[in-house]
Amino acid sequence: MKHNSDYIDKVLERNAPSAGGGFSEEGLKRAEALIALYPKKRSALIPLCHLAQGEHGWITEECIEEIAGLLGVSPAEVSGTASFYDMLHLEPVGQYVISVCTNIACMLAGAYELLEAAEEKLGIAAGQTDTDMRFTLEEAECLGACDTAPCLQVNSRFFGPMNSASFDKLITDLASGALAGVVPPHGVLSRVERVFALTAKDTDDAGAIDSKEAGQK
Amino acid sequence: MLNEPIVTKRVELDDSHTLQRYLATGGYEGLKKALSMTREQVREEVTKASLLGRGGAGFPAGRKWSMLRQAPVSYLVVNGDESEPATFKDHLLVERDPHQLIEGTVIAAYALGVTQAFIFIRGEFALGIERLTAACNEAYGHNAVGKNIFGSDFSVDLVIHPGAGAYICGEETSLIESLEGNRGFPRIKPPFFPAVTGLYGEPTVVNNVETMSNLPWIVLNGGDAFAALGQGSSAGTRLFALSGRVKNPGWYELEMSKTTFRDLIYDKNLGGGIIGDKKIKAFIPGGVSAPWFFEEHLDLGLDQDAVAKAGSMLGSGSVVVMDETTCPVRASWRITRFFHRESCGQCTPCREGSGWLEKIMRRIEEGSGRPEDLDLLMDVCDSIAPGVTWPPQQTTICVLGPSIPSSIASAIRHCRDEFLEHITLGHCPYEKDHILTGAAR
Ligand SMILES: Cc1cc2nc3c(=O)[nH]c(=O)nc-3n(C[C@H](O)[C@H](O)[C@H](O)COP(=O)(O)O)c2cc1C
Ligand code: SF4
Ligand code: FES
Repeated sequence: MKHNSDYIDKVLERNAPSAGGGFSEEGLKRAEALIALYPKKRSALIPLCHLAQGEHGWITEECIEEIAGLLGVSPAEVSGTASFYDMLHLEPVGQYVISVCTNIACMLAGAYELLEAAEEKLGIAAGQTDTDMRFTLEEAECLGACDTAPCLQVNSRFFGPMNSASFDKLITDLASGALAGVVPPHGVLSRVERVFALTAKDTDDAGAIDSKEAGQK
Repeated sequence: MLNEPIVTKRVELDDSHTLQRYLATGGYEGLKKALSMTREQVREEVTKASLLGRGGAGFPAGRKWSMLRQAPVSYLVVNGDESEPATFKDHLLVERDPHQLIEGTVIAAYALGVTQAFIFIRGEFALGIERLTAACNEAYGHNAVGKNIFGSDFSVDLVIHPGAGAYICGEETSLIESLEGNRGFPRIKPPFFPAVTGLYGEPTVVNNVETMSNLPWIVLNGGDAFAALGQGSSAGTRLFALSGRVKNPGWYELEMSKTTFRDLIYDKNLGGGIIGDKKIKAFIPGGVSAPWFFEEHLDLGLDQDAVAKAGSMLGSGSVVVMDETTCPVRASWRITRFFHRESCGQCTPCREGSGWLEKIMRRIEEGSGRPEDLDLLMDVCDSIAPGVTWPPQQTTICVLGPSIPSSIASAIRHCRDEFLEHITLGHCPYEKDHILTGAAR
């Protein structure tokens, strides 16, 4: 995957969840550009939560306050909304969040056996993070890749079909860094950024489609 | 089986997601043609096509569009939340042909006179979001989105909006709430249609990813050509997602109505039959919200009306096959657990009912069930969806609630003996089954 900004390169360098802190200076610029994409600021709430998670691996308190400030809402509204969503973490999680799907198609292909092997391999139960903040294991609902059942995601990247042997190998490869090009740090949703300058809204009245505009291309 | 696929013609090419490949294979020609037509003409073609919404409810797109309240500002929101268990078709279209989705979206925006469109993509589809974002950048650069598209006087801005993990956000009013930066709580109806009051209180059309992806072909080839495929109102092709105990799980683009479930599951070019050539026990015809079908339904066509008449729904087009080695108690328990986890919690029957059902189902599967549990289950189902009919009666804000009983009622009605066997044996008769692992504990 080709990245299209220095900012993404920087975010990809993070190799552990951070302990806290707010947005980086560049992150704040991104946040403002994201907000400008929407007719109403508040619509950027979830994208900003993803942005925060991309910088820290989770959504820190400082980021919640900054998001609230940027959007003109209270911090409680930001955390109240964020807490509704499974992907948004308001507390630190491991460097790799492993989500094993156990829904119907995966279950019929042995997902619970896979989850059990994963628990054994990592020495933690689903829902837990290991002590050195390396791995978080989750039991997931259908991930929309049922043709590769049983499947899982690591930081939202797909692997499947899996069995206990391929799971062991996956853990080895993650630990050695062999999958760094495939699996970005937790929270980095898209390694491709929108080119913000392309927004039609930037040019005054893109809204007036029915009024014939002068100077058509 | 198909002379020419409509939405999957590029997906198997390595670079199918790039602008270069898209242009080399006829990309954006539909949009160019649409821009040379009037808005009314484009809408007319879509109405003639009988394009049924591919998101689950199967509402005709042309009719939905005609309901859009006239207002100074209106919006188009494309639903790519795809979280109905066993559904993975939009995932394919977003990842493998993002430009087709963008082209369809811009065509729809033009036909509707909308200048701001959003594509809401399920957050877990990270690669899809990357590809779609890259495609969106390319499309702006190519002047297929943005200002004065292809030199016309039409401009539209497109925002790719990531979800954050919540099944309920697929429900269109919940999707809108989420897009407004709120918890994904479905809105109370009426108003029944976002076309009247939607995003920011303005008229909004919500359409599924696959629905949009059909538009370039429809504009290029005409609504009549689309309607000529399939039968009756089930026109065109549809992307079916096949999973479960079959030899070849995967997606299959098939002409509507002309293929039967038996073909889909057993044809050697399609599902290829059941793993180990076991006997089929049941199959789900359209996502886990749908009541199950059984052997006697295999010869039904993949047709919206035929499936509805037989008591279920084609829904999201996802078919899950269960064979004789599948424990129906465990399968319906897992589906119920899903609804319990994903209920947004606004309505008591849905929130509490799903929890009770899940607990009772689990105790039966674990071997501590009681004979009266079967009546109790049906009783709880009846409180969620009075009469446990199909289509269900609704007591809740959205139809997630009334969908909960589908799997349990199907399993109890057709596999009652297996439920009783669990209860009398004191354990699940399928030895390999142990559900008590991980978070399920
Ligand atoms: C609980 C629930 C979940 C839904 N999930 C989705 C979904 O993931 N994707 C989708 O397109 N439609 C979903 N729908 C249907 C939408 O509400 C809506 O009907 C659809 O997006 C309209 O698009 P269409 O007419 O093109 O099908 C869901 C509905 C309900 C009640
Ligand atoms: S039916 Fe369930 S999911 Fe739908 S609004 Fe009510 S509680 Fe929420
Ligand atoms: S059931 Fe596991 S990905 Fe769909």
